[in-house]
Amino acid sequence: MTDQTTNSIAFVADGNIPQSPPPARETGVVKWMRENLFSSWANSLLTIVAGLVIYMVLSGALPWMWNGVWTTSSLSECREVLAGEVGGCFSVLSERWNQLLFGFQYPQDQYWRPTLAFVLLFIAGAPVLFFDLPRKMLAFTAVYPFLAFYLIWGGTIMAPIVAFLGMGAAAFVFQTYGKGSFALGFFGAIVAAFAVWIIGGALIPEGASETAMLQAVPSRDLGGFMLNLMLGVTCVSLSVPLGIALALGRQSDMPLIKWICIIFIEFVRGVPLITLLFVASVMLSYFFPPDSTVDLFLRVVIMITMFSAAYIAEVIRGGLAALPKGQYEAADSLGLDYPQAMRLIILPQALKISIPGIVNVAVGLFKDTTLVSVISMFDLVGMIRGPILASTEWAGVYWELLGAAAILFFIVCYGISQYSQWLERRLATDHR
Amino acid sequence: MSTLTDPPKDSFRLSMLINDTRYRSLTFQALAFLALALSFMYLGNNLIANLRAAGLNINFGFLTDTAGYDISQKLVEYSNQDSHSRAAFVGLLNTILVAVLACVTATVFGVIAGVLRLSNNWLVSKLMAFYVEIFRNIPVLIWIIIIFTIMTAVMPAPRAFRGDNATATMVFDAFAFTNRGIYTPLPWFANGIFESQALNWLLVLVVACGSWFAARRVNVWATAKQEATGERPNTLPMLLGIWLAPFLILMLIMGLTWEYPALKGFNFQGGIKIGGPLIALWFALSIYTGAFIAENVRAGIQAVSKGQTEAAAALGLRPSKVMNLVVLPQALRIIIPPLISQYLNITKNSSLAIAVGYADITATLGGITLNQTGRAIECVLLLMAFYLTASLLISLVMNVYNASVKLKER
Amino acid sequence: MKKSVFFGAMTVAGLAAGAAAAATLDDVKSRGKLNCGVSTGLAGFSAPDANGEWTGFDVAVCRAVAAAVLGDGNAVEFIPTTAKTRFTALASGEIDMLARNTTWTFSRDVDLKFDFVGVNYYDGQGFMVPKELGVSSAKELDGATVCIQTGTTTELNLADFFRTNNISYEPVPIETNAEAQQQYLAGSCDVYTTDASGLAATRATFDAPDAHVVLPEIISKEPLGPLVRHGDNGWGDVVRWTMQALVAAEELGVTSANLAEMSGGTNNPEINRLLGSEGTLGEMLGLDADFGAKAIAAGGNYGELFAKNIGEDTPIGLARGLNALWTEGGLQYAPPFR
Repeated sequence: MTDQTTNSIAFVADGNIPQSPPPARETGVVKWMRENLFSSWANSLLTIVAGLVIYMVLSGALPWMWNGVWTTSSLSECREVLAGEVGGCFSVLSERWNQLLFGFQYPQDQYWRPTLAFVLLFIAGAPVLFFDLPRKMLAFTAVYPFLAFYLIWGGTIMAPIVAFLGMGAAAFVFQTYGKGSFALGFFGAIVAAFAVWIIGGALIPEGASETAMLQAVPSRDLGGFMLNLMLGVTCVSLSVPLGIALALGRQSDMPLIKWICIIFIEFVRGVPLITLLFVASVMLSYFFPPDSTVDLFLRVVIMITMFSAAYIAEVIRGGLAALPKGQYEAADSLGLDYPQAMRLIILPQALKISIPGIVNVAVGLFKDTTLVSVISMFDLVGMIRGPILASTEWAGVYWELLGAAAILFFIVCYGISQYSQWLERRLATDHR
Repeated sequence: MSTLTDPPKDSFRLSMLINDTRYRSLTFQALAFLALALSFMYLGNNLIANLRAAGLNINFGFLTDTAGYDISQKLVEYSNQDSHSRAAFVGLLNTILVAVLACVTATVFGVIAGVLRLSNNWLVSKLMAFYVEIFRNIPVLIWIIIIFTIMTAVMPAPRAFRGDNATATMVFDAFAFTNRGIYTPLPWFANGIFESQALNWLLVLVVACGSWFAARRVNVWATAKQEATGERPNTLPMLLGIWLAPFLILMLIMGLTWEYPALKGFNFQGGIKIGGPLIALWFALSIYTGAFIAENVRAGIQAVSKGQTEAAAALGLRPSKVMNLVVLPQALRIIIPPLISQYLNITKNSSLAIAVGYADITATLGGITLNQTGRAIECVLLLMAFYLTASLLISLVMNVYNASVKLKER
Repeated sequence: MKKSVFFGAMTVAGLAAGAAAAATLDDVKSRGKLNCGVSTGLAGFSAPDANGEWTGFDVAVCRAVAAAVLGDGNAVEFIPTTAKTRFTALASGEIDMLARNTTWTFSRDVDLKFDFVGVNYYDGQGFMVPKELGVSSAKELDGATVCIQTGTTTELNLADFFRTNNISYEPVPIETNAEAQQQYLAGSCDVYTTDASGLAATRATFDAPDAHVVLPEIISKEPLGPLVRHGDNGWGDVVRWTMQALVAAEELGVTSANLAEMSGGTNNPEINRLLGSEGTLGEMLGLDADFGAKAIAAGGNYGELFAKNIGEDTPIGLARGLNALWTEGGLQYAPPFR
């Protein structure tokens, strides 16, 4: 600065001006706020409105949660403890958590069984959900349904073993004959499975379930969030193969098969799940042989599986339609027949495209399992609306219970949808 | 299973049927048909045997019997002396009512949330993301129950409006927000031209239609003039006159009066009542489905390539015109197909009305009628037939609309 | 029992069960369990407690029948049913008997092909209102909003009552008792109506039961009782006479306390026949001779069950009223055991 006056030259800079800090409005928090919150008067207005909304919600909810009571054994006791202050009676959760999670009839000393099944579910599901894991883990996935069945229902271990052997026989037959002729392998597998089941079923002694190592639990004793999870997992995994079959059927050039599939899909998609559950609870029993009754759980599984299969079929049809026609033609020109082309060329690609859609259907379906509370099943919502709110201790507790239910569902559904987004990103990289 | 037990007898014909592509598809279809027919026969047989064993029959005669129960929310005349079919019809109209209302508001919520989620206001976009995630990931049944509970617990009961030290007051002395519903003033005609109020309203509608046609003619005229002379005449006063004058005159002639709700006895009387269950269900369905529509809207807008926006800006279009003329028409093509399925979902989810005591068709035909008559099979079949028809109609209408906005590829 | 292959496999897996339509009694015996349909939760009549044990007056009937048939009052599988599913569950054989406070009506008995085997509770529909409304009679309820628990005959009785009295009302039908209660307490209805026993049970759970009154009008007859499928008269007899045995026991002074002593034989031949030390009544039903004694042992006689589940010392606090023995001016009357 001083040089300027001594030199005759009007202006020569021989040094850098020291950097002055940016104006306060262009740095740090202030800048960020200016850009992101108050960039225009409309934006400022929105920010203020949003802030007010957040404040109102938090000012109501936080003291309520903070003052919550966790240790009383009934609502009236809890109200005494609160003595008129704002606060939640969370003691309903600490007292009835087992009913919310497992229903009120599952034997209390057996809770480890469904819990173990739930933990194992992650191990079994991992190789299906994450492709990088070693393929050998799929072996456990194949065993898992039978293991989980044994853990949850208990009874004789013979039943799941026979069921597993039947599936094993089917897989063996398909491996052996399926290479030559798909139809032979496919139908042979079905025959083999049923043969094993019938023979095996006959071999199991009549009263095996009573003396079994794990106490048998009838399925109407299942309840709570466990029931939601079981219905969700069972129905989704059953409906994926069914959905693939329906989607292929709908694409088929055999008019009869195509129309059967179209009518089925459109019919199921056209009615609300609740009417299908009514069918399960009040109609379906009339369609089974007169000398038998089928468990309500199984009837509900049948109807929900049909329901989700129709939706999954539509997702997969979208995947099939998105494949370039060249893929079909290339498969044909290689001389592959229909099952081979589907198995080796078309489905792997179509399914990959459809996975995010299938996951979305799965999330929707999992949420819809709460509807079973309408037909006298005690799932999480059913437990809340039924036994807990009807009990003399806890009649009148709503927010705590509904909030807990909402959080449980949110955790699971948000987790799955995050997975789906991760998967979408991962699959998208392949096309770049 | 049965298809396996009786294969075609001739063994070398069998190989032809399987291996010869000319016959194969026929074979498969014949097998499928056989399997289908056999399973239907099996189920039908079981049904007949079960019904015979229980001494029941399938009979829709109960529909003409007296229903005997009352419905508070009704769009057409109904009393407990009417038949079950009339009650079902009342329920059907209620289903349509809540579905239409929820479709409209869900679209509004969804578009607002979807656009705001793309806003560059950090707080607002995060708030909207939170809204979308929280509603998408929690079952609609829980939401319906929560919102119904909030409504009954937070809004004042009518008795809170009573007395000198009432804890609640009416808004503008015209609107009452209670936990039984919202009461608003009812417009009616003191000296209408026709005897019935409905016909008077029809007249208003006819006049409005006339105004609309006249306004269109004015616009056409103005456009023609603009093209001829390059100057668009100011049509605003004329349009205002066309719209307002006949309407106001009609109102004056017929003597429009407002009937205000007032607290009488147990409830507010007079005015229009929008029942609490309807509001709870309507709001719950709208806000839940709105979260899904918001995602569709966001995806639709983001799918319009940035080049389109830039090109429009390069043409000198103002931002509002860019949105209206370039982005939205293209985004709509992506938004509409999922929107159709959201509308279908609303219609189907409206069947959860039974959780809040709203008298839709599931609650009348599939609820009280089923309970009272015990005719489970008949009621459930009718119920499914209704929803199926409604769904197919909605998809039909929306698909026609979708086809009309679709990109015409040649 | 002939079962298809598919069902054989399912039965092994425990997901399906055979049930012959012909003789329910044989089925129950071979199964070793009684499948009894109950309601999904009504305090005092059938509700699971904190440990998941079903308790209540209707539940006690199930236990008595199970004890009479199988000798064990705990050999019952309680199957919760809603108003909607109960009749299908019974008609399709999913349950052997329904004890779910179901009103005995002509059309249910005749048109739906069920047999009501008796009445275990004489009820009637009543109204409950907050005291502050100052209502003293149901006829003053003109224009009121009425919460109804759906699924029973409640809606029809209500419509009839208001029509005959030429007054208007607004119905709010609610699925579960808990939700109806919440609506009523929040003031979104003025009146709550259901069976008088249900009103008492509901009122008992309130914070301030005294702030609510049950109006004197009982607008309907609600004979509640267990029912079985029409046509299986042998099974109907078993359930009917098990119930009557409970009533007769109270009449004859047989209680769970003196049961063991009396089973040995008394001077009263009717007691002896009832408890099986004399005669062959049990055999005629296809049961053990002491079926009556077993039924009583499961929970006590009718009066004991009443007192234990819904009587005046319980939170429900119902007086015997119509349900007193005929000797005390009530309607409970057991036909002679001979």
